[in-house]
Amino acid sequence: MMREGQVRIPSGCAISGIFSKSGMKFSGKDIVKSIGVMHDRSNGLGGGFAGYGIYPEYKDYYAFHLFYDSIQAKKDCEEFLNRHFEIAHCSEIPTKRTDGVDNAPLIWRYFISPHTTKLSASQLDEREYVVKCVFRINAKIDGCYVFSSGKDMGVFKGVGFPEDIAKFYMIEDYEGYSFTAHGRYPTNTPGWWGGAHPFGLLDYSVVHNGEISSYDANRRAIEMYGYECKLLTDTEVITYIIDYLHRKKGLTYQEISWVAAAPFWQTIEDMPDGDRQIHEYLRNVFSAQLITGPFSIIAGFEGGMMALNDRLKLRSMVVGEKGDKVYISSEEAAIRIIEPDLEKIWSPRGGEAVIVTLDGGGA
Amino acid sequence: MGSFDLMPDYEVARNYDRCIACRVCERQCSNLVHEYSEEIGRMTADDSKCVNCHRCVSLCPTRALKIVQSDNTYKLNCNWTSKSIKEIFTQASTGSVLLSSMGNPEDYPVYFDKMTINASQVTNPSIDPLREPMETRVFLGAKPEKIERDANGKIKCNLSPQLKLAMPMMFSAMSYGSISYNAHESLARAAEELDIYYNTGEGGLNEDFYKFGNNTIVQVASGRFGVHRKYLNQGAAVEIKMGQGAKPGIGGHLPGKKIDSDISRTRMTPEGSDAISPAPHHDIYSIEDLRQLVYSLKEATDYKLPIIVKIAAVHNVAAIASGIARSGADVISIDGFRGGTGAAPTRIRDCVGIPIELALASVDTRLRKEGIRDRVSIVAGGGIRSSTDIVKSIALGADCVYLGTSALLALGCHLCRSCQAGKCNWGIATQEPELVRRLNPDIGYKRLVNLMRAWQHEIEEIMGGMGINSIEALRGNRLMLRGVGLNEKELGILGILHAGE
Repeated sequence: MMREGQVRIPSGCAISGIFSKSGMKFSGKDIVKSIGVMHDRSNGLGGGFAGYGIYPEYKDYYAFHLFYDSIQAKKDCEEFLNRHFEIAHCSEIPTKRTDGVDNAPLIWRYFISPHTTKLSASQLDEREYVVKCVFRINAKIDGCYVFSSGKDMGVFKGVGFPEDIAKFYMIEDYEGYSFTAHGRYPTNTPGWWGGAHPFGLLDYSVVHNGEISSYDANRRAIEMYGYECKLLTDTEVITYIIDYLHRKKGLTYQEISWVAAAPFWQTIEDMPDGDRQIHEYLRNVFSAQLITGPFSIIAGFEGGMMALNDRLKLRSMVVGEKGDKVYISSEEAAIRIIEPDLEKIWSPRGGEAVIVTLDGGGA
Repeated sequence: MGSFDLMPDYEVARNYDRCIACRVCERQCSNLVHEYSEEIGRMTADDSKCVNCHRCVSLCPTRALKIVQSDNTYKLNCNWTSKSIKEIFTQASTGSVLLSSMGNPEDYPVYFDKMTINASQVTNPSIDPLREPMETRVFLGAKPEKIERDANGKIKCNLSPQLKLAMPMMFSAMSYGSISYNAHESLARAAEELDIYYNTGEGGLNEDFYKFGNNTIVQVASGRFGVHRKYLNQGAAVEIKMGQGAKPGIGGHLPGKKIDSDISRTRMTPEGSDAISPAPHHDIYSIEDLRQLVYSLKEATDYKLPIIVKIAAVHNVAAIASGIARSGADVISIDGFRGGTGAAPTRIRDCVGIPIELALASVDTRLRKEGIRDRVSIVAGGGIRSSTDIVKSIALGADCVYLGTSALLALGCHLCRSCQAGKCNWGIATQEPELVRRLNPDIGYKRLVNLMRAWQHEIEEIMGGMGINSIEALRGNRLMLRGVGLNEKELGILGILHAGE
């Protein structure tokens, strides 16, 4: 059996997200409950969570989460990390034996910051340096895989139903201002934990439901900019597109949504002068980052969250609001279970991004 | 020198039960095949003059005519085929280079026919083009490296000159001279109606057609025929022709008899004398010289037009394309060895160059590996016969395709491959007024529009089946293709998986 990445595996899914605009922290309990309602949208072959604001004590360090196949892999990787970073703290990620979650790899986390001399010698900006190191480890060091690399955030994922994965990682014990969750329904049987979602790079994390038809066009384009697609999943390529457009090209999240789920030309033609030119410009310049086919995604980032559907809305996604909380999910039931008394609930149109950020700017 | 009388390859088969001796065939044939014999009171035919252009077949009111392959044969020999034998007889009697027209007809693999296209099932839905928007708009030109914003943070539209097409097709270069005034008019009007572009070819631009300038690509070839400042600025883009798929490495030759006064004025060459474009551009002996011509043309057009560089698909096409992408060109056009021509030495046409599918795939891969695919758009041409060939080209990495032969077929060409004779019965590859009149541009342009619209519909249908609703999501999307009956090497170059994988 080929591991994910050697073969491309399409999948259907469930996604959920909760965001507190005031930045007030809440426990992971709600997100677990929410994704658990959509049990039938996953098939036990992948589940995961991302939490933001969960590592306040190390918030200035990049939190690397790693899967290791072997002790040797850990040794090789730590050697690399030691060469390139100061390690402020490292530990095994706490887990609990859980029925339905088998074949777990070794799972470690490291709070690190780049060696200043190495960093300046590399002539890269700090975040690019970190990204390069993540790609180096994933591509070059056998048996290890960085699945989370942002500051004050973390991805937790594995093979199993999301509610079991939650028990395994004890997600309820984490507190943050933002959580996303994913339950996976792959149409094949990958046994590999790295293939589960969310997919993370720096503080960008993506949970995704769908199967994009533009995949190989997007992949071949993004690989040209130095991103190596190892997993061959939609989520991976979408994360890289967001990173590329936001971090490297300086687009806003709103502009990113106009690129990825671009308005149709007939809509653009009816836009007022000024807007029309910008939309035409973005579609022309970033034509290879247009994503077609069904998708609903929740992209988490430092201090915010963006929900986006494909331009035809071929996947369900609803958004609810209550107080300072914003809830996003594949199904309304998954929101009602944690907040039955919503002030507002709606289904965003295809291509209409819902972007929420912390009141008063970034975290 | 003596010659053996060659038996013709094709015979005119006339059904005398149907023939009413109306003599239409006789009047229509510029090759003088048909003749009415008063003596026997019947139509007769000289097969040896027949080029198999089907003009008489199409116009015979009683369907009394057909052209059949002769069953006359030399003693069968797998090495010395009838074709080889006849060519030797011909050259032994004439001492000449063999001449032919249109694209390479030989039995090389057609890779388009060994690739199949994907469709959505279950895990993602197909999209119904009758009910949902389906987008085929394409831009050609370099993409900016940096996003710039004004003081208010608004994005500045810092694009270099672009071509905007309603669908990913253009009519490829066919010069006025090699084809007729009416053929040019048909192409120009169709391009305007379709919101795409046609290409002047190397023969300049008749002033009557200046009004189609917004849909015209003006070409600059090694002969520089008809090139002047006004001409350059009349077009929407300028194409430098470095090579042609039908005859890589050699120049062009328009026989003097095709150069009447109008063509002479347009080309700025003497009437009645052969117009021979040199094999190389004599100001381009290397890539750095090309860069100078690219920028000379940009200067001459005030940096308002994109510059296209057209090359023939030859063995090291990927490296050449990489050089061109760094030379300031905005678009690279690659012409495969099936591409047509108004005249070429047969040996060159049939044996020089490589298939467009392989050339296109390797250029696209190479430019991506070097990280410079955004600097140029790629136009593929040379042997594209259908909407599926277009879909496959785009999935391999092309932004757009050039269509020459298929456009001529729409105008009535029957691929008799005798353009060099200048006696085209369909009024396309000729300058004889009574023949040119046969091609009515009012009808011709509509047939071109019909063909393009039909293909556009088919492309939309195929895209919808794949779950793609915008053409850019198909570009370079090689997972949408699978090879059937290709070996590992071929799959590797095309960058696709085999069916079943």
